[in-house]
Amino acid sequence: MTLLRVENLAIDVARDGQSCRLVHDAHFSVDRGETLAIVGESGSGKSLTALAVMGLLGEGLSVSGGHILFDGEDLTTISARRHNDLRGSGIAMIFQEPMTSLNPVRSIERQLTEGMRLKNRLSRRAARARALELLTEVGISDPERRLKQYPHQLSGGMRQRVMIAIALSCEPELILADEPTTALDVTIQAQILSLTSRLCRDHGVGLVLITHNLGIVARHAQNVAVMYGGRVVERATARQLYRDPQHPYTQGLLASVPRLDLPRDTPLRPVPGAPPDPTVALPGCRFHPRCPKASDICAEQVPDFIAEGGHEVACWNSGIQKLKSKGAAA
Amino acid sequence: MLRRLIGSVIVMWAVATLVFFMLRFVPGDPVAAMLADAGGPDEIAAMKRQLGLDRSLFVQYAIWFQNMLHGDLGASIYGSRAAVTDVLAEAIPRTLSLSLLAFVIALIIAVPAGILSATRRNSATDTTVSLLAFLGLSMPDFWLAILLIIVFAANLQWLPAIGYAPLADGLWPWLSHLILPAVAIGTAFSAIIARMIRSSLLEVLKSDYMRTARAKGLTPWMIMFGHALPNAMIPVITVIGIAFALLISGAVVVENVFAIKGLGRVLIEGILNRDYPVVQGAVLVVSAIFVFSNLIVDLLYGVIDPRIRLN
Repeated sequence: MTLLRVENLAIDVARDGQSCRLVHDAHFSVDRGETLAIVGESGSGKSLTALAVMGLLGEGLSVSGGHILFDGEDLTTISARRHNDLRGSGIAMIFQEPMTSLNPVRSIERQLTEGMRLKNRLSRRAARARALELLTEVGISDPERRLKQYPHQLSGGMRQRVMIAIALSCEPELILADEPTTALDVTIQAQILSLTSRLCRDHGVGLVLITHNLGIVARHAQNVAVMYGGRVVERATARQLYRDPQHPYTQGLLASVPRLDLPRDTPLRPVPGAPPDPTVALPGCRFHPRCPKASDICAEQVPDFIAEGGHEVACWNSGIQKLKSKGAAA
Repeated sequence: MLRRLIGSVIVMWAVATLVFFMLRFVPGDPVAAMLADAGGPDEIAAMKRQLGLDRSLFVQYAIWFQNMLHGDLGASIYGSRAAVTDVLAEAIPRTLSLSLLAFVIALIIAVPAGILSATRRNSATDTTVSLLAFLGLSMPDFWLAILLIIVFAANLQWLPAIGYAPLADGLWPWLSHLILPAVAIGTAFSAIIARMIRSSLLEVLKSDYMRTARAKGLTPWMIMFGHALPNAMIPVITVIGIAFALLISGAVVVENVFAIKGLGRVLIEGILNRDYPVVQGAVLVVSAIFVFSNLIVDLLYGVIDPRIRLN
């Protein structure tokens, strides 16, 4: 059974009595020991989707459609209590801001062991022993001393390592990492990412890596889901996506990443325009106002998902779409 | 820490000195008041000599200050001529019992009220708590004291209206005399603290580390009391320190309503009688309580917030 399968997920925000859809259609799946990258720019709904999986959507936000199947259990319909039981022990999350994600007035030991003591019913001593193991595993030297310290005594990279240790502590099956390296130094970023994906692979944990950086996807993820304007627009293996991006948005993203294998003076081509305002209703494909390939139908009808050899795309003008229509015509 | 202690001593000295001179510049002659019409100029002069009031201000100050350092605050110059230290020794436990009980009652009300209104923001509970808080803040404590006497002492006859029983007489006699005045003083205090806890908690609940705590799947109890409240209490403690001083000044007024001979009453009678040594002693004690409660607040910061402890 697939570890996590998100189907047609929709998330609404209610503000001043009005409801507005932020995520229209998110769908992807991830298995144990596998890494899925969700890529998209700010406001594409990737973090919201992760929070919906955790059951931690903020005030006014709610899942308004679709399903989140975790081990076959639909998280959109389970009780709040059951969802809370799953947090930490079934699904864990690593957040973007290591500087503020740890409680400033609690020692590392308490923050690292409290989950294990509650979820795995470990004694203080056993939890402490496991905490030392975990800190060593995430590459923190002198773990004995670190356990006694407080977050302000640790560097950003070290705090994120502690967050990873906390995420792993209750042996979850799935970890959601929401831009875990955005706030860190470039040199630390690669270390933290390699560490996260290696640990998840070793422990057989499914990893959902949320990022806006396509550069890191190629190295660490097997599968990729590209989100735009609250919708997943393309899904493929990392290899397929890099070799043959189908959606004009994905193509744009790839063209805007600097590459070492191209001549030095090849200009970067940013995606023109700005992301869509979620409060403004936009018929058709949400990318069409910025799309270089847009045709009349793009502004009228939302494109369906077309799959070809595990590569899925929602675009009226993609190569796969044309291939399929030709086949249908013949 | 040592610097804080020295600073506290300097503050107390400054307060004591200020009060000493201010009292003497207040119009009104204690001896004239004492002897009223009974004595002629000769008797007044004799009395002044006897009390040491005929010497120059600075000599009086030097003598008083020297005695104070030896723990001798002089004797009352009015009525009983009791030693000031004895008068204070009797009054301090009453005022402290009263303020501490008011403090405890206030916290017992304020902490749950603050938590409830923060976690159920904009609900009926929140509105009710806010309304009660504003009501509590707007009621003068002496007026509330009178209301409480009318309802609980006069009509229901559950609790005594006036007086004080020392703790040595048993817990209930002590408590029963103090509950009404403590509620009267503590209500406004409680309202301030509840509002503070609410706003501070709302801020904390939005923070990233609270999201982390929720992502761990901890119980609501662990999230509130382990993660949210310790952080929310940091700014609240500052206010508690300042407000504790307000509690003492509330006690001064309310003690009179309940006829408890605590510091407040001693102070007011002393001022009315121009009883210099008593007023000086009482003010010294009150300033000591202020300074001491602020010192405790500083220490509490260190206990709650590791970032301060280490700096």
